[in-house]
Amino acid sequence: MAGTSLAAMGFGEAEAAVAAHVRPMKLANTTETRNTCPYCSVACGVIIYAKGDVRKGERADIVHIEGDADHPTNLGTLCPKGAALKDFVHAPTRLQYPMVRRPGSDKFERVSWDAALDRIARLMKDDRDANFLASNQEGTAVNRWTTTGMLAASATTNETAWCTFKVAKALGIVGFDNQARV
Amino acid sequence: MTNAWTDIKNTDLVVVMGGNAAEAHPCGFKWVTEAKAHRGARLIVVDPRYTRTASVADFYAPIRQGSDIAFLMGVIRWCMENDKVQWEYTKAFTNAAYIVKEGFGYQDGLFTGYDPEKRDYDRTSWDYEIDEDGYAVTDPTLQHPRCVWNLLKQHVDVYTPEMVERICGTPKEKFLKVAQMIGECSSPTKTMTSMYALGWTQHSHGAQNIRGMAMLQLILGNIGVRGGGMNALRGHSNIQGLTDLGLMSHLLTGYLNMPTEKETDFETYMKSRQFKPLRPGQTSYWQNYRKFMVSFQKAMWGDAATAGNDWAYDYIPKLDVPSYDVLRMFELMNDGRVNGYICQGFNPVLAFPNRGKIVAGLSKLKFLVTMDPLETETARFWENHGEFNDVDTKSIQTEVIQLPTTCFAEEEGSLTNSGRWLQWHWAAGTPPGEAQHDTWIMAQIFLRMRELYRKEGGAFPDPILNLSWEYHDPTEPEPEELAKEINGRALRDLTDPNDPSKVLVPAGKQVVNFSQLRDDGSTMSGCWIYSGCFNEAGNNMARRDNHDPDETGAYLGWTFAWPLNRRTLYNRASCDTQGRPWDPSRKLLEWDGAKWTGYDVPDIAPNAKPEEVGPFIMNQEGVSRLFARGMMRDGPFPAHMEPFESPVPNVFNPKMRGNPVARIFQNDVAQFGTSEEFPYAATSYRLTEHFHYWTKHNRVNAALQPEFFVELSEELAAEKGITPGGWVRVWSKRGSVKAKAVVTKRIRPLHCDGRVVHVIGIPLHWGFVGAAKKGFGPNSLSPFVGEANIETPGYKAFLVNIEPSTAPAGVVA
Ligand code: SF4
Repeated sequence: MAGTSLAAMGFGEAEAAVAAHVRPMKLANTTETRNTCPYCSVACGVIIYAKGDVRKGERADIVHIEGDADHPTNLGTLCPKGAALKDFVHAPTRLQYPMVRRPGSDKFERVSWDAALDRIARLMKDDRDANFLASNQEGTAVNRWTTTGMLAASATTNETAWCTFKVAKALGIVGFDNQARV
Repeated sequence: MTNAWTDIKNTDLVVVMGGNAAEAHPCGFKWVTEAKAHRGARLIVVDPRYTRTASVADFYAPIRQGSDIAFLMGVIRWCMENDKVQWEYTKAFTNAAYIVKEGFGYQDGLFTGYDPEKRDYDRTSWDYEIDEDGYAVTDPTLQHPRCVWNLLKQHVDVYTPEMVERICGTPKEKFLKVAQMIGECSSPTKTMTSMYALGWTQHSHGAQNIRGMAMLQLILGNIGVRGGGMNALRGHSNIQGLTDLGLMSHLLTGYLNMPTEKETDFETYMKSRQFKPLRPGQTSYWQNYRKFMVSFQKAMWGDAATAGNDWAYDYIPKLDVPSYDVLRMFELMNDGRVNGYICQGFNPVLAFPNRGKIVAGLSKLKFLVTMDPLETETARFWENHGEFNDVDTKSIQTEVIQLPTTCFAEEEGSLTNSGRWLQWHWAAGTPPGEAQHDTWIMAQIFLRMRELYRKEGGAFPDPILNLSWEYHDPTEPEPEELAKEINGRALRDLTDPNDPSKVLVPAGKQVVNFSQLRDDGSTMSGCWIYSGCFNEAGNNMARRDNHDPDETGAYLGWTFAWPLNRRTLYNRASCDTQGRPWDPSRKLLEWDGAKWTGYDVPDIAPNAKPEEVGPFIMNQEGVSRLFARGMMRDGPFPAHMEPFESPVPNVFNPKMRGNPVARIFQNDVAQFGTSEEFPYAATSYRLTEHFHYWTKHNRVNAALQPEFFVELSEELAAEKGITPGGWVRVWSKRGSVKAKAVVTKRIRPLHCDGRVVHVIGIPLHWGFVGAAKKGFGPNSLSPFVGEANIETPGYKAFLVNIEPSTAPAGVVA
């Protein structure tokens, strides 16, 4: 409106010059995705804005995260943690590659996923085969593996948790807990 | 939480005790502000520190950490004495009228049946008198001297306001003011909500803290109603979900239990789980245990679980101890009896007590695998960081494999909030580098091990070879596939028991909810309490209808709440014995003469007659329990217990240390300090700008609260010559940390049993990796002892000493 009336008064060129200096909207052409804050269990709704759309198989770079005004719990508000989520996603200490630290070494070395996973499967199987307790002194089947334990993450999804549960309990791991213990 | 965050707006009184919601759950606390602004609700805070929540409270009362039971029993005593009881509710909906067996008693801080050698109770006397039909005997007039009500009256009698002051350090007038405010909520039209968190759980008597408040809420008639309830605010975003799904040593999914080795076969396991009603006509919903258990076994092992092999009962490991919880595992590690450990999104070097013992344990492992989106101190426990992690790297022979995972923004799935809402979220960004989903990693480990077992054979491969793994892409199960498995489906046509020609659910279709699960192997369901989350109607967790008819705060169309999309647990108790709402202005449900209707999914069979069926359908009694029978290891009523490290002796039994039945490992006894050596009462907490150790990696949060500090009173600072902002050393029998001193009026010395007790506050956040300054955590100091029932380590009450100090080496002061 203001621009239009200015133009009517003969300031058309000035308007164009101003427009040329205006930064394009940061969130223009971004993909919006509904998510929830991963920190505390208030579980505030957030909207994530990304350049690109992962669901179309594109590379997507997250450029902004804000509160979801439609979410009944937080109604768009976020606390100092939720408000800074973008810097968690892009933290310089985000891990990128599998690493191994060899016994006695003072550094991590990069390894391939295959090498890391084969090594883990080997270490676990060897330990399980050596120490699995099939039955107790009374001859009751107890089928437990106590010499390898696992801590599961209570910030993972229910679906991840179920997948993790299946593997851990099927292997016979009894030293299995998550942050709820703490 | 029994209720939802959005329900808190319906309350008249908020009691924050054992938590600090304004600080730790800020956007949820907003609903307290709503209740205050629009209903005129009031807020009480009881805490050793004048917290951020206290700063907006109507009334604040100080308390010594670890003494909450005495305070709560004192309030119950005051309510009984002053007739502040919701009588109809208490008589009809609690076990107040139940008669307890002869022989039950309590003396010198101990209940009957204590065995000091075993550090355990024989709990046989902690039960009801049972008649010849197998029902509990009751006296609805509450006259019987051994009815629960009279036993409770006797039990709390000692907790006078004077005794509360003596134990808790809460001045008598302040205690009385709190009791009066709480007592007003015994009116059927006034409601109080309890908001608590780790300030209650992280004690060796944590469960009894919570029971104390739950009992108070019951006699006030505040459970099951709008604006009421017991609301555990909980920590991590999916801590509720991982508990529900049983990722714990002693659990299976949906609060089914891991079997013990005494339960040698399926029938023996089921024998103690019949859950016969203890009163005529009661629901006792756990009677369906077998259906849920068989459906779970079918979800795990599919066709390999048959009636002929006890539903593959042998495949589940059998416990020889109550649990291989984290404390036991680190004890075993220190003993050289653990070789491998996997930490998925978990940082025990900062999260578990007595850090020295944790690092020593990890150093004895053969291998450690970490899975995390971020660097952790645990993955780098072998790295020397001077005073901040003074280890001998060369001597540590542990092989560490660190795997990069995606974070919330790069993955899809559901998280269960503290109000039990399963909320679906979607992936928005491309993961960095080669980071992978946890589901992919778990599948890879599983598939590679299964392949090795196929090729090489080995120890009992059956549960691995037969694990149900029917995914479209076995190397990466999709979130929707996993969610459907959790919900469950029919494996054969499910026919109507009354009309076998009618198919209710055709084979292969999702069950609508757990009411369709069966114990004959014809259904499968990963986690019965979640059943209904993803049925033939679709993914109910992804629903986004935020309408709220009549603004009750229920939001039934928003995502999915377990169980059955119910938003307020025990909501049948929001009505009187005739089925009429106690408070018509806060109606949740009502009985229309034929069925229950209202704003929420009824927590009772829809046609269960109000005069006949009790509201606490999960209990064999049909009512709630003021007396817990033998269900808790440390007593059927909460009784005052001191922390293991306490500045004062237990007034009821000076010889008793901590919780008399808490498990203690011999190695740790020598590491408990006394109040002579360590005179100050320490406690730990989180700051609003931080989330545990993750936000250390975030520049914004690291800058907002940049430096490790401890808080102490002006009085103690003066006594010790500590200057505000100066360096101090704080140490316990287990470790030592250096911090900046925050000298504050927010902490005041307490007067307990004739002594001055100084409190020292120790926030948690800092470590040695990430964007934040290096620092320490309270776990360098806290003791290695767990809660007696559940083994949650205590971080809220332990002893330390303090002195002025200098900066850690290499740190610019
Ligand atoms: S924004 Fe804050 S209050 Fe909301 S879920 Fe995240 S951490 Fe919790």
